[in-house]
Amino acid sequence: MRVALFLTCVNDTLYPGTGRAVVKLLTRLGVDVDFPMAQTCCGQAHYNTGYRHQAEPLARHFSDVFGSDAYDAVVTPSGSCGAMVRELYPRMGERARAEGRGGGLARAVAPVVPKTYELTEFLVDVLGVTDVGAYYPHTVTYHPTCHGLRALGLADRPTRLLRAVKGLELVELPGAEECCGFGGTFAVKNADVSAAMGADKVRNAESTGAEVLCAADNSCLMHIGGTMTRLRTAVRPVHIAEILASTEEEASS
Amino acid sequence: MSGGTFVGMPAFPAAAREAVGNTTLRANLRHATHTIRDKRARAVAELSDWDRLREAGKRIKDHTLRHLDRYLVQLEESVERAGGTVHWAADAEEANRIVAGLVRATGETEVVKVKSMATQEIGLNEALEAEGIRAYETDLAELIVQLGHDRPSHILVPAIHRNRGEIRDIFREEMAGWGRPAPDGLTDTPAELAEAARLHLREKFLRAKVGISGANFMVAETGTLVVVESEGNGRMCLTLPETLISVVGIEKVVPAWRDLEVFLQTLPRSSTAERMNPYTSMWTGTTDEDGPSTFHLVLLDNGRTDTLADEVGRQALRCIRCSACLNVCPVYERAGGHAYGSVYPGPIGAILSPQLRGTGSEIDASLPYASSLCGACYEVCPVAIDIPEVLVHLRERVVQGGEATRGGNRVTLKPAKGHAAERAAMRAAGLAFARPGALRAGQRLASRTRRLHPRALPGPGRAWSATRDLPEVPVEPFRDWWQRTRGGGGGSGDDRTTEGNGR
Repeated sequence: MRVALFLTCVNDTLYPGTGRAVVKLLTRLGVDVDFPMAQTCCGQAHYNTGYRHQAEPLARHFSDVFGSDAYDAVVTPSGSCGAMVRELYPRMGERARAEGRGGGLARAVAPVVPKTYELTEFLVDVLGVTDVGAYYPHTVTYHPTCHGLRALGLADRPTRLLRAVKGLELVELPGAEECCGFGGTFAVKNADVSAAMGADKVRNAESTGAEVLCAADNSCLMHIGGTMTRLRTAVRPVHIAEILASTEEEASS
Repeated sequence: MSGGTFVGMPAFPAAAREAVGNTTLRANLRHATHTIRDKRARAVAELSDWDRLREAGKRIKDHTLRHLDRYLVQLEESVERAGGTVHWAADAEEANRIVAGLVRATGETEVVKVKSMATQEIGLNEALEAEGIRAYETDLAELIVQLGHDRPSHILVPAIHRNRGEIRDIFREEMAGWGRPAPDGLTDTPAELAEAARLHLREKFLRAKVGISGANFMVAETGTLVVVESEGNGRMCLTLPETLISVVGIEKVVPAWRDLEVFLQTLPRSSTAERMNPYTSMWTGTTDEDGPSTFHLVLLDNGRTDTLADEVGRQALRCIRCSACLNVCPVYERAGGHAYGSVYPGPIGAILSPQLRGTGSEIDASLPYASSLCGACYEVCPVAIDIPEVLVHLRERVVQGGEATRGGNRVTLKPAKGHAAERAAMRAAGLAFARPGALRAGQRLASRTRRLHPRALPGPGRAWSATRDLPEVPVEPFRDWWQRTRGGGGGSGDDRTTEGNGR
């Protein structure tokens, strides 16, 4: 199986460790991973802020880069960017058609939409594994980010994967399904409400006594982590890919 | 209601800032919304066919909206056949003029009201006051809001932002000025507060000759109007006065009596988490010797046909005002209802107000951004309004302008003021992302200058760094690592251990 890693612009620029973890994890599971160098951004920030027309060329570019028959699947370690492709690209195509601009965009995105998967979805649904052979001797609490939870319907896939990790103790996060307050430009446009939501999320994480708060989206973790260091809490934010990539040999070396 | 208009409200972020800093308000809201949301989830889980009911409600509403002209004419004929009179009001001013004229014709200067979103929306109480007519709210929560010279902050629980102690103080200080005073030694126990309100209101019910209501539904085939409520005060308003005037938004019509079967299940479970609401009152025209002898129905447009003209936004008109979206919204919970600058707060208000009123004012242009797009509102909506979709659609209208319908005419809206810098940034980012080389150059620059990055940001970014630390830029972006270790070729094997996540 050959997959294209769609890392997302945020991970590429700010969280390369997550990308390295995905490569390591998938390779360990026998998957042939490629990182198409021409990839940039899915356009979610544009779309969600009201710049749908500026997001269209990015959707086309994404489809050009990842639509190749050489890839059996496109895998991304981001629930929200995955949801952008799967949920919103088809909608953008339909809107363009309804506006009398033809079906070009809808046709361009059509091949790539059904083969794009969020990482945990890909592991559980496509590879059919829940035990990925990871070892992570820490207490972890899981925050299901909104787009992964509601737009993609990841359900218990991430927690099933986490429960199978050796040494890992999973503790329940109070108010887990409540938004952390990031919301892209929302964090800046409504900074006060966003910060209040973030602080509540951090306090809930703290109350679990966990060492690590894990999620499947670094954008949310950036907001939560930035709040954690400001509030001087002991909990650390870690992307789920980095937990799943960890091994026993590494821990003992 | 004296202080009850939302005119001149500041934009959402400014109004929300005040609420976020008010710890009593946040505690009141948190307690109330979490209690209702948990009960709602249990009440909904009891029904095995909830998803089908939700789909049915959505389809009934969509079908009705598609043929709204036909159903409204049918409704008018049915109401008049049953002895009522129908009036059409294009906007708030016309509706207020019609109602004031109807009350004046009775010779009365006092009216009792059952809680009505439509009359709040048009500012009817203030309009009547200007005509020398005093309107008494009789819903307990509306009474608290009215006595407190306050504004409603929730669709279903207008006084949700008040706690028992605050309510006792309002009753003690204000009841005497509106009628029967609060009993001596009133405490903040719910039973005593309810009894004080009961005595105060009973006097008004028995005296009033004119009642004013809204309606939850109007049935086209029979001309029947429906109000659901919990206290019975509404039924007193609907049945005791000689004249009943109902002001109802045109989107409240349903084709047939049997359609109520769906909504009388989904509405109470979504709103109060009850299997059935305690009082369901239905009235069809007038009946001799029973209830009001005169019945007027004022059908209110006030931006609704403009909303209907918008292909994406029209789904907001499916709303049955259950307020489930408010109770699950993390933004509403912290910002409070007043920050939305309208009688419709929360997620539904954020998409309804900028459509009914247009996006011209500062508050209406800010409302589409009053959401993190978490989607909890869509998940609980009993008529499946995709609120995040409409929010993004309205953001587009705010930042880019475009075609819209206002006052029945197609107009081309200009972008709202204050988005020029953002538009330029989005365009620049779009150009950079269109060329991988440009993105890569930017990443490398950020990595090389990583030690120089400030911990606090200037400009709009300050809002971020005031409460959160920025992530550190890593030594090399992923794509450089990939190229360095893989030479840009296809991948097999991994020769590097994973480092930390760069935070």
